[in-house]
Order: sequence, then C-alpha cells, then structure tokens
Amino acid sequence: MTLLKKLSVLVIGASLVGSVVAQSAQKNFLNVSYDVMRDFYKEYNPLFLKEYAAKHNGATLNIQQSHGGSSKQALSVANGLQADVVTMNQSSDVELLESKGLIHAGWDKEFPNHAVPFTSATVFLVRKGNPKNIQDWTDLTKEGVQVIIANPKTSGNGRYSFLAAYSAALKANNDDHDKAKAYVKALFKNVPVLDNGGRAATTTFVKRNIGDALLTFENEANMAAKEFGENEFELVYPTYSIKAENPVAVVDTVVAQKGSADIAKAYLDYLWSEPAQELAASLYLRPSNPDILAKYKERFPAMETFRANDVFGSWPEIMKTYFADGGVFDQIQQP
Amino acid sequence: MFLKSRAILPGFGLSFGISLFSLSLMVVIPFAMLAYSTWGMGWKTFYSTITHPQVLSAIYLTLKISFLAVLTNVIFGTLIAWVIVRYQFFGKGLINALVDLPFALPTAVTGIALATLYAPNGWLGKWFNFKIAFTPIGIWLALVVVSLPFIVRAVQPVLEDLSVEFEEAAQTLGAGSLTIFRRVILPELLPALVMGSGMAFARATGEYGSVIFIAGNIPFSSEILPVIITSKLEMFDTQGASAIALFMLVISFVILFIFNKAQWLLSKRLGARV
Repeated sequence: MTLLKKLSVLVIGASLVGSVVAQSAQKNFLNVSYDVMRDFYKEYNPLFLKEYAAKHNGATLNIQQSHGGSSKQALSVANGLQADVVTMNQSSDVELLESKGLIHAGWDKEFPNHAVPFTSATVFLVRKGNPKNIQDWTDLTKEGVQVIIANPKTSGNGRYSFLAAYSAALKANNDDHDKAKAYVKALFKNVPVLDNGGRAATTTFVKRNIGDALLTFENEANMAAKEFGENEFELVYPTYSIKAENPVAVVDTVVAQKGSADIAKAYLDYLWSEPAQELAASLYLRPSNPDILAKYKERFPAMETFRANDVFGSWPEIMKTYFADGGVFDQIQQP
Repeated sequence: MFLKSRAILPGFGLSFGISLFSLSLMVVIPFAMLAYSTWGMGWKTFYSTITHPQVLSAIYLTLKISFLAVLTNVIFGTLIAWVIVRYQFFGKGLINALVDLPFALPTAVTGIALATLYAPNGWLGKWFNFKIAFTPIGIWLALVVVSLPFIVRAVQPVLEDLSVEFEEAAQTLGAGSLTIFRRVILPELLPALVMGSGMAFARATGEYGSVIFIAGNIPFSSEILPVIITSKLEMFDTQGASAIALFMLVISFVILFIFNKAQWLLSKRLGARV
C-alpha cells in the first residue's frame, strides 16, 4: 500500500463513515465489537478482569469497548482503529481484516468451534397470541402479512434472515433455486420497512407497532420480548433456520505492535470458560458448551439449524452471489 | 499590491495563510480524496455505478423530495420571517429562537422524534388515514424540518431592511396589496429567497441522519441515496461509495452554482440588496 493510498483510505474512512482513527494509549486494551454485544461484554469484562488479576498477581487492565454496526467496525479497524481483538457478527467482517493483512490466515482455527464462542439463530417475533398464526416460513409470504427484516444490504442480521429464508425454501423445494428466489421475492414484497440494522428493525416492530412478524436473532428477539413488555410478544421457532455465528479473532498486527498478544489470547480463550458461557446463556446466546446448553434447554428449544458456509460456501462467495450489486437480493427487488 | 493597500489592519499575509491552510485541510483535501479514490475505478465502472437503476431511482427521489421540501419552505419560511419581522407579539423572541432549533438539534434526534410522532401508531400519525412515516411523505417532512432555518434566516434580514415607506408610497399611488407584494416586496426578497433555497436544497439532498429513521428504505420507492452509499460501505466497496458521493457532490455543486448565478443576476437586474 502506498502512502497516498493509505492516506486516502484514512481520509475517506474518517469523512464518510465518521470513524474515529484512534491513536490509542499503549496500556489500553480495545475490544471492537458490534452494537448488540454491548450488554454481553459489559458484564464479561469484569469477569475476565477478575480471572486475569488472580492469574497475574493482581495485575489490572483498562479494557475499552467500541460498538457499532459490524461491518462499519471492521472498516474502522482496517483503517487503523487499534483493536487488540475483534468480536464481529459475521466472519466476512473478520475476513476483510484478513485480506488487509491485519489478521493471519487460519484465525478460525485458533479457537474452538470455528472461533465462535456462542451462536444464535434467526427466529420470528410475533405479537401476543400470534393473531396471523405464523408458524413457519411459508406463512410469511401470505397475503396481508407484514414482515420486518433489517436491510440485508446494510446489516448482518438482515443477511442471516435472508439466507435463512432462502435456504428454507431450497429445502422445501428440493434445492430448486428458481423457486427459492420466487419465495424470497414474495417474502420481501411483504416487507414495509427495511431498517439499516437489527436494532432499528426491532424498534420498528415493537415501538412503532409495524408488522406482524420480526425476523431477527434469537437473543435479540428474547431481549425485545422481555424489555418491551412480557405479555406483548412471543417467539416462534421455525422448523429450519440459520445458525448465526459471531466469530472472534486476535488482530495480529496490532497485538504484535503493542505486545499484547498474550492478553488478547487469554481474553478470547476465557469466552469458552464456564462463567462466560453461563453469562451468554443468560443473555439468550446459545452456548457452545453442550453441558451448559443442556442446563438451559427450556430457554433454547431444539431447532434444526445450518451453517451458512455449509450451504452457501465461503462468505466472500455469499456476498458476491447474494448481496453485491446485481446479486440475488438486488434481482428480487426489481419491480 | 492592491490587496494590501485596501486593508486598514495589518496581518493579511498571516491570516490569509491560516485561512487557506485550514480551508484546505477541512474542505479541499477530503473532497480531493473523494475524487482520487474514485479515479482508480475508471470511467466505465463509474458510469455503470451511477446509472444503476436503483441508484438512479434514489437520485431521482432525493432530488424530487428535496425540491418539494424547499418549495414548501419558500412559502412557509417566508411567512414565518414576515411574521417575526413585521409584527410585535408576546413570545416573539421564543419563536425566533425556535426557528434555529433544527440547526442545533442532532439530526438523528429530529428523525427519531418525527418517526415516533408520525408512525401509524404515533401521536400524530394515528389521526391520518394514510401512512406518513416510512413513505416518501415522511422523507419530505424530515427535509422540510432540517432545511427550514436556511430560508427564514436568508429572508429575515432583507425584510428587516425593507422600509415600510416603499409600501406606503405604492399605496398612495393606488396599488392594491397584491400588486404591492408582487411589484415592491417580492423583487426585493427574490435574491435572498434564491440564495436561501440553494442552501436549503444542498442541505436537503445530503441529509442522512434524520431521514434514515423515517424513510422506509424500500428500493425503488422510499430509498434515499445516502442509504445506497451506506450499503456500499457495508460491503466494503469504498470506491463505489465514493463514486456515488462524488456524483452527489457534483449535483449539489451545480445546483449551488446555478442558484448563486441566479441570485447574482437577479440582484443586478433589480438593483436590490443581497
């Protein structure tokens, strides 16, 4: 990268995205994450610090969190935000950093479960009593049903929802892609508002009272149902859905420069510890530890899920085929 | 050195240097980088990026709604300025201050407030039997709010300077109130109105923060251009995003240029104050 190009990326990034190019202090430890993980890491950091102090004679750290849209956050890190670790909601965001040389290839093998400490799944949130009787994917394309989905062009949540719908239609139609496209086209005809992110879609559904079903992550749906009135919403688990994987990775170039590689590794390793997995379960994230998952099984009804990579290939391929300009999502939006 | 001879205070060299430096740092270099990063994609890709049907439809929507919003403000903004300047009433200072509020408020706050009010279940939205939030009408509403101060503040000083004597003179010569407005007041106001409209229009076309919350963002019906730019950034297509941003900038620049030219011609022809 030439200096000029670096500078251009920096300036464009700063002016367009409004990202902060931090020249952070050396002692600080920065976890760059996406917006709905704020609650989790706020509670996780003290847990980790206690563990860290016990192992390192009371040593302490200043852990900082940065939250925002996942891809925007990845772009900020690519543009120079000095993150020690990234905890994103889609591996394409980590792969961007890999392609820019900030993270070494094979990052998904450094930690168990493809470097995914806990998962979620796309489910439906419907209004109390389920007045439109929405039980599964085919009910979403019915006449008069309004569905709220985050914009797949601008949000990982929306992409997972789109892929879940598409894949469910593939499964129902013996892998017929034309029928799957027709299904998602009909589905998006029923979408009155495409919000920019998952949280905005939740607001539209629960606060603005628009739509009959909200497609979002299981943890977000549970939080929304709990926070906005216990008796106003209920969750519907489709028979088949996507597993939303939120990968974590050490930003190799940054930790090499800061000398914080050990801390970063310990910080992410601890996500698989029992207290961290319990914390995840309490926030409705499906723990990867099978014992803890079993312990909370009434919170996490069994459902058949698939990994996006197993059905659709690698994330760069998925992005290119489905969400890039002229991709399947653009095609089905044509009037 | 005619510049120096005209200045009464010394220090032109230093202050001019600082002005030029800060202006380049804040305005010229970022915009130049926008052009530079677009440069690499070549004319063909640039052309196909901006002529994509979805982009064109968003450009058309953005320009159309901005125009309608400015038109609305030309009428109501002038009226507000007229009321503030010509009449004495209780709470005049407050109304005067309220006009500036859209400037001071973070646009996201404006957007969320409008969306909450005009959503189908909102305080105001529930009284209408058609949808306002999440349709182009909502976008229009948000743009009206954020561009209002430009027109009011452009027209206000001209109205203040406009002596009542002219109108009285016209009246004694037998002109009706409509003629007075058309032949005496409007020509004086026109240059300021054009300038205010230009600024309001430029602001409206680039507005993101407030519109994003109230637009439905459905492609081909309520998707504004900034959403397309954001979606390109989310795909890490910085080049495509800057191409559209650059194109938008060119449009705004051309519009500002036309408005400025029109204002200049008008004030010259009418001999009016600027």
